[in-house]
Amino acid sequence: MTIAFFLLVAAGGFVGAPARYLLDRAVTQRLESDLPWGTFFVNLSGSLLLGLLIGLSLKGHLSGPAKALLATGFCGAYTTFSTFTFETVRLVQDGRMLHAAANAAASAAVGLVAAAAGFALGLAF
Amino acid sequence: MAFTAKGDATRRPPVDPDVHASAAEERSHTRRGRPSRPNQAVVVALACGGAAGAVARYAVSLAMPATPGQFPWGTFTINVTGSFVLGFLLVLLLERFPRGRLARPVIGTGFLGAYTTFSTYMVDAVQLVHGGHPATAAAYVLGSLAAGLLAVWAGMAGARVVGSAERWLRDGER
Repeated sequence: MTIAFFLLVAAGGFVGAPARYLLDRAVTQRLESDLPWGTFFVNLSGSLLLGLLIGLSLKGHLSGPAKALLATGFCGAYTTFSTFTFETVRLVQDGRMLHAAANAAASAAVGLVAAAAGFALGLAF
Repeated sequence: MAFTAKGDATRRPPVDPDVHASAAEERSHTRRGRPSRPNQAVVVALACGGAAGAVARYAVSLAMPATPGQFPWGTFTINVTGSFVLGFLLVLLLERFPRGRLARPVIGTGFLGAYTTFSTYMVDAVQLVHGGHPATAAAYVLGSLAAGLLAVWAGMAGARVVGSAERWLRDGER
């Protein structure tokens, strides 16, 4: 049983990580900007989706295996904290303090709003 | 691998304290050499790194299970340790394998990107607020952010110390 859950998480991660890479890549190639918009959109959309999934699971609409695959595996791997902090520190090292502060504050604020919206939607079902 | 080309030590440029310079260089490198389609080998390798990273995160979360209403130490630990290792590795990888094609996508983007998670961080906080623990949520959001940024910075600084210590040792051998 536990092995099955590990495999489901691995399968979700196998899809989630390249999904992040491809979206990040698509966004940064289209938006020439000093701000890391790719990671921003990834984390925003992933937080919305995970909020929805957790809301649904609290209402009993999501089975344990589905949660392992989609929430822990996919959403967890799709979104990233380390790239977010790395890019923010890089902005600081570039001397772009305002960009760094805006990136950190906006990512957290918008991510929270997205997660809360998804969560509320999931609970409404 | 760390001690390749001893004779190169003298020709090697000094430690570059400006990570952003190499990071910018890499960015322009990826832009300049961008293919119209993403490299399939990179995507597959990155997916394997992602699967391993997700499993590692799941293992830590099982070892440090979250209690409703309590500070989510499991996710906090995952995100802070992952940030430290990413900072350390990106500086070290850029220095050692500036032309490496797979190391960064597999370890950085794949494994550590999937190991750390932003969505769980956000949803943990929302659930804390929803459960009537806004102060814990605020401490968690701000604490993770501060510790994560500090961890990346410490990782980068650590990699530079390791790099220069190695060079110093190598030069001492001559």
